[in-house]
Amino acid sequence: MITLSGVKKSFGNNHVLRGVDLEIARGTSMVIIGGSGTGKSIALKSILGLVTPDAGTIMVDGKDAATAERDAFLARFGMLFQGGALFDSLPVWHNVAFRLMRGALQRPKEEAREIAIEKLRRVGLKADVADRLPAELSGGMQKRVGLARAIAAEPEIIFFDEPTTGLDPIMSGVINDLIREIVVEMGATAMTITHDMTSVRAIADNVAMLHDGVIQWSGPVADMDQAGDPYLDQFIHGRADGPIEAVR
Amino acid sequence: MNLILRPLEALGHAFLNLLAALGRISIYAGSTLRHIFKRPFYARELAIAILNVGWLSLPVVGLTALFTGAALALQIYAGGARFNAEAVVPQIVAIGMVRELGPVLVGLMIAARVTSSIAAEIATMKVTEQIDALVTLSTHPMQYLTVPRVLAGLICVPVLVGVGDVIGILGGYTVAVATLDFNSSTYLVNTFDFLEIRDVVSSLAKGAVFGVIATLMGCYYGMNSGRGAQGVGAATKGSVEAAAILILAANFVLTWVFFSL
Ligand SMILES: Nc1ncnc2c1ncn2[C@@H]1O[C@H](COP(=O)(O)OP(=O)(O)O)[C@@H](O)[C@H]1O
Ligand SMILES: [Mg+2]
Repeated sequence: MITLSGVKKSFGNNHVLRGVDLEIARGTSMVIIGGSGTGKSIALKSILGLVTPDAGTIMVDGKDAATAERDAFLARFGMLFQGGALFDSLPVWHNVAFRLMRGALQRPKEEAREIAIEKLRRVGLKADVADRLPAELSGGMQKRVGLARAIAAEPEIIFFDEPTTGLDPIMSGVINDLIREIVVEMGATAMTITHDMTSVRAIADNVAMLHDGVIQWSGPVADMDQAGDPYLDQFIHGRADGPIEAVR
Repeated sequence: MNLILRPLEALGHAFLNLLAALGRISIYAGSTLRHIFKRPFYARELAIAILNVGWLSLPVVGLTALFTGAALALQIYAGGARFNAEAVVPQIVAIGMVRELGPVLVGLMIAARVTSSIAAEIATMKVTEQIDALVTLSTHPMQYLTVPRVLAGLICVPVLVGVGDVIGILGGYTVAVATLDFNSSTYLVNTFDFLEIRDVVSSLAKGAVFGVIATLMGCYYGMNSGRGAQGVGAATKGSVEAAAILILAANFVLTWVFFSL
């Protein structure tokens, strides 16, 4: 269970998060939607401690994330970054197996490589990409390698920052299924940021919409269409006019 | 009134900023030192850093020292001729290369070649969230990125300085023997009889200090890079400026410690 209460974060005069309250139950899939630049990525990074909130508390299973023992805390998480964030000096398989080659989860190199290739297959990549460098791959392929890295150590909690952005519709479908599978089969808790309403419906148990630094609406995905929230409505139907200004 | 105070105020601000920057750099250096002794130790990263900082810098360092030593011999010969002291060429070339020019020029070449590339690489990693990714994969950026590079600077740059000293002296020797009619064996005997242990020790010690400064500045500025391509550019520029100035300042202090105390 992840709980955010009153989380605030500003960069100078840019008040990005103005008091975010959100709960994600264990083993459920939460999808966060919202316009670009509304602070969705910052919210995920706050939970991981990559960004220090100015105010508010973040609890993971009843323990304060700010004071938790970092290594043990982070070992439970996997994260796909918005831009992939692959280490460009390392071959693809080494990126995927990074966590499996050091620390508490360390395995022999051969085994780590096998696991990496298996995870690459699950995100729709053939074994022959394993020895290439990230810079030799297309953007969509890099994204999928990032996804394979996020799931490689089978973490309990997984964050996906725009997993299907830049992928073709078929590959998006593969990734949506994969995320759903991870939640259902592995019992992981997932938090996904996406703009893609097809993904939202495919992945989410619950949906939260971030707007103007706060959670504008949150609830089960089934309630989304009848919610009657003008902001949410405008977003899910992609209308240019409505309460959300097109110029931000 | 304003005309007098404005520049003074600006000067004051610049000075305070400098002190603040030195403070942050000291804290960063202290943290690096602590992480050197923490496990795990990334031996593979150290090996790669040694290759980059040491081995691949050899051509640049060698050529710099060669031309400098050669030019030095010509200058001293021409200058010495004004008071009939042409014969001191071997001694002055040796002292000049080993005590000052060897370490300083190698240090500055390392600042140009290594500091800039470390800063640009780490800044790009920061901008593309690779540093964040490292953290989420339970790997401390200080241990994984900074410690191996700084250790490589500490180990390799004294060796590079030693190599530079020797090549510089050989450059002077070549010019002196080939064009200035010096006797080959007399030149070498004069060089090695004149050099003291202290000269060599100071040279290598300077190399070690400059190596740490150069690599540390690259890491510090890279880690503190701003966002975007502009951030990477600014970090790279800042790192080379800081490394060069700190190397020259440290050189002055070390020369004073070794030869004036
Ligand atoms: N390191 C940073 N420094 C300054 N501003 C930042 C930083 N990171 C993000 N921001 C700003 O915070 C806002 C939210 O960013 P982000 O969370 O990436 O948005 P998104 O919802 O599209 O993921 C943006 O306006 C961005 O410019
Ligand atoms: Mg984002």
